[in-house]
Amino acid sequence: MKRPVKQRHEARRVGLLGSVATFGIWSLPVLVFSLVGFLCVDVRSAPKTGAAKSGSKSAAAKNADGSGDAATEAAAAKESADSGAAIKLPEQAYSTGYNGSYVDLIKFINTQVRQGWIDNAIRPAEPADDAEWVRRVHLDIVGHIPDLETVQKFLADKDKAKRAKLIDKLLDEDEGYVRNFTTIWTNNLIGRGPPPNMSGILRAPLQKFLRESFGKNRGWNEIVTDLLTAEGSNATNGAANFLLSHLNEGAVPATAISARLFMGMQVQCTQCHNHPFNEWKQNAFWEFNSFFKQARAERVSQYNEKTGRMDVVSSNLVRSEFGGGLFFERRNGVMEVAFPKVNGTDVNPDPATDRRKELAAIITAGEKTQVSDAMVNRMWGHFFGYGFTKPIDDMGPHNLPSNPALLERLSHEFVTAKYDLRQLIRWICNSEAYNLTSRANVKNPKTKQDNPAGGDVPVFSHVYLKSMTAEQLYDSLIVATNAHKSGSGSWEKAEATRQRWMQQFVQAFGTDENDESTSFDGTIPQALMMMNGELVQNALSDAKGTLLYDVLNEKGNPTEKVKHLYMATLSRAPSPREIKTATSILKNATSPVEAFQDLYWALMNSNEFILNH
Amino acid sequence: MLNSSLQLPSGMSRRHFIQHMAMSAATIPGLQFLNHLSANAAEVRKNQKACILLWMSGGPPTIDIWDLKPESKNGGEFKPVSTSGDLQISEHMPKTATMMKHLSVVRSMSTREADHNRGRYYMHTGYIPNPTVVHPTFGSVVSYELGTKRKELEIPSFVSIGGPSMGPGFMGMMHSPFQVDSNGDIRNAGMKEKLSDVRFEQRQTMLAAIENDFIKSDRGQMPQDHKDVYKKATHLMTSKQMQAFKVAEEKPETIEMYCGTGANAAGAGRMGMGARNPFGMGCLMARRLVEAGVPFIEVDLGGWDLHTQVFNTLKNQRLPVLDQAIAGLTADLEQRGLLKDTTIVWMGEFGRTPRINQDVGRDHWATTWSNMIGGGGLKGGVAVGQTDKDGTSCESQAYLPGDIWATVAHAMGIPLDTVHTSKNGRPMKIANGGTAIKELIG
Repeated sequence: MKRPVKQRHEARRVGLLGSVATFGIWSLPVLVFSLVGFLCVDVRSAPKTGAAKSGSKSAAAKNADGSGDAATEAAAAKESADSGAAIKLPEQAYSTGYNGSYVDLIKFINTQVRQGWIDNAIRPAEPADDAEWVRRVHLDIVGHIPDLETVQKFLADKDKAKRAKLIDKLLDEDEGYVRNFTTIWTNNLIGRGPPPNMSGILRAPLQKFLRESFGKNRGWNEIVTDLLTAEGSNATNGAANFLLSHLNEGAVPATAISARLFMGMQVQCTQCHNHPFNEWKQNAFWEFNSFFKQARAERVSQYNEKTGRMDVVSSNLVRSEFGGGLFFERRNGVMEVAFPKVNGTDVNPDPATDRRKELAAIITAGEKTQVSDAMVNRMWGHFFGYGFTKPIDDMGPHNLPSNPALLERLSHEFVTAKYDLRQLIRWICNSEAYNLTSRANVKNPKTKQDNPAGGDVPVFSHVYLKSMTAEQLYDSLIVATNAHKSGSGSWEKAEATRQRWMQQFVQAFGTDENDESTSFDGTIPQALMMMNGELVQNALSDAKGTLLYDVLNEKGNPTEKVKHLYMATLSRAPSPREIKTATSILKNATSPVEAFQDLYWALMNSNEFILNH
Repeated sequence: MLNSSLQLPSGMSRRHFIQHMAMSAATIPGLQFLNHLSANAAEVRKNQKACILLWMSGGPPTIDIWDLKPESKNGGEFKPVSTSGDLQISEHMPKTATMMKHLSVVRSMSTREADHNRGRYYMHTGYIPNPTVVHPTFGSVVSYELGTKRKELEIPSFVSIGGPSMGPGFMGMMHSPFQVDSNGDIRNAGMKEKLSDVRFEQRQTMLAAIENDFIKSDRGQMPQDHKDVYKKATHLMTSKQMQAFKVAEEKPETIEMYCGTGANAAGAGRMGMGARNPFGMGCLMARRLVEAGVPFIEVDLGGWDLHTQVFNTLKNQRLPVLDQAIAGLTADLEQRGLLKDTTIVWMGEFGRTPRINQDVGRDHWATTWSNMIGGGGLKGGVAVGQTDKDGTSCESQAYLPGDIWATVAHAMGIPLDTVHTSKNGRPMKIANGGTAIKELIG
């Protein structure tokens, strides 16, 4: 035996824009490496959820109207009691006051999540107070903190359904939702860094496409279809920029990223060999790849009078007349042929077939699809910090979800609702779990076992902290200066400014797969940027029009002003002790303006500010 | 505006004063603070151990650099040449060849992972990716083991130059790599406006009050991590050791040692006019950081993902830059008496296929490849292990990244029975329980 170490993973041209961007949950796998098909069952942290037990359709159906709750709970509580660790839950799940047409579905979500708490004997956290929640829901839906006025209004509102109403308002009335999800999906689709030189990739038209799609609330299936089937100039058809970014290396990156983003599958390993743990075989990779074989990038150049050179100014995505099969090499060196085929459906390999159209049609057909599973899992992960699988985009028999019945039902409902993203968000945000505080319930020491950051399978017994993404931070600092009110310039201009600022944190890996990483989350450069950077300096300005100016010049005593600065940054009123500390510093300060500036600086630099809780 | 100098206790520089404030915020007792000040840095720094990781992002074709196969069809265009050590290397590494008496090559690496992301993780941490735990990159392990003990060190104990390296995993953000460009500019390290010490203190006091309450609110580890990182950032802003990053202040002849002259100096066209090649400058900065007491420095050189045109690219671009920098770094460390305490490690995600593909390139390959390691008191000039005549299988014991890191740990005086505990309570042996390579430590 000449090989002392068994070879498992050498790969050839493993293509993957695996780490498209890494600031938030949307790109969990990022830096973290792609956990390609890695099977690991850690006994201690394996999920023990009732959801898994009630994973069958009948159980789900029984509970759909909520009638099965009590029985299930009692049974489970008894079971837990037998194992010596019963917990008692409040009879009524926390309600946001939502009373729309999905009341039953939200009940179902609550029942399923509660089952996980019961089975793991983990006592849930208390409901979040309004201040904590209003900040969180803004950061998650519109991508920035609420402004002072919004916080004041919300805290004063006595309406029992104010949370449900705010969710609706953020989704339907505020352009922030559209902007936030446009940012997130631009990063997912083409990354954060500048496109490679001479690639002709255009960020702005892609953003325009997404903005219009989210703005009109088009179904996710339609958006996916447009992205997969785009043709023509990427300047006029922004959707074309997605595939144009990944057609290098024989469209291997396009294959991998499409499977990962839209279907929640990590298939890049199977390019060279069968997947070690799931059903994907090497031929399946190339069969999937063959759908992209008709896609060709054509760069458009223009003479630059200044430099006397030809500049690539845009690209066209052209459909070629490719037909028949493609050849790939088995590990033993034997060449094999692959024809277009996905999910067991063969497609006519004739050149006349529009393969990408066929692909989009196949993967979005059905009452519950991989496309809907992937989106539900990703969206849950966006709001909770962790999805039903870890990472969110590596689903499959090798990596079972923590709450299978919940995932299945949500996925099914999502398809029934015509892939309505706003509805999906509404369901999640109105659920009990999303309305809990991020403070763990320490009365129960087992709560410590719900720490996904430490490797546990999440049971959503409290809301997990998320670090603000770079974009969330930028936009929140803009809110904190009141710059958002002056409405300075166009969307494109504001976007370009933000994009320039972002680049200080983006770093490309030196591979041919366009991977990138960021130095943003909780690093020293981030801390330096917050302490000394221009954005925060601008926020500290007391010039007319800034928030600080308004607060300093409004009527009211120093205590009122301190309160307002707290609300404008942390979205909560200061505690009596905090007021005392602040006012005593103010009293001794030679310059009250400077003292207020320093307080504002401290608020923006605090852990409480940058951690979405 | 207050006159800041009035506020300072006599005999205390502004820098120390500010540090004092940062330390008080962290509730470090005054006595310990004074000890901290009185530590004689020069004395402490003598014989301090360090490691410089030269990270070849993209996966370098080691068959064309360290383990040539001139007799095989896989051998390609390059010829081996003799060196000052007891081994041959590529003809396109002539300057390094003169230094090989200090450096050794492990020729029987066999590391399984040939996907960029997985290989990057495996080689940096010694562990295969696992969804239930995020392992620390070895630089974070060293930062944890040695950095925390160097009280006089005010700049981060793990610096990554020109690349992102990997995360600190369960070691926590305190031990994450401090990422810098090889030009040595640290963004936002200086305050935009001149702030009086009173105001600086005021800000720190108010910040500490908010942060401490949030830390105590049962929300996990992240709030504390944030505070720790801020403490480090505050140190950094005020530290004289920041000088170590100012690599451009080196004499031209020293820069030339690392970057060469002519085309190579500018990174063979990859950089703008007049710029020195970033890898050479990064290696030079690494030496400065070693002198400042930083125990782990990673320097990134990308562009190794050579699926096409491997020989032209190596000959004209990659190898001249690499050759000059390794030779310059080794010679400079040697001259300054630092080489015996500084381990140099050279690796990437994986090697590349012995078989040359149809585009005159080499693809991903982890079955048989080489790492280079030297300095730190390890034996130089040795080839450890060997591959068969075509370079496709190992003919001797195969080594894993854990063995390389165990060798480094040995050289740095970190005991190999050290065990760290992950956040979910799993004990993890240092370097994944690897063994120090006996041919190198003998």
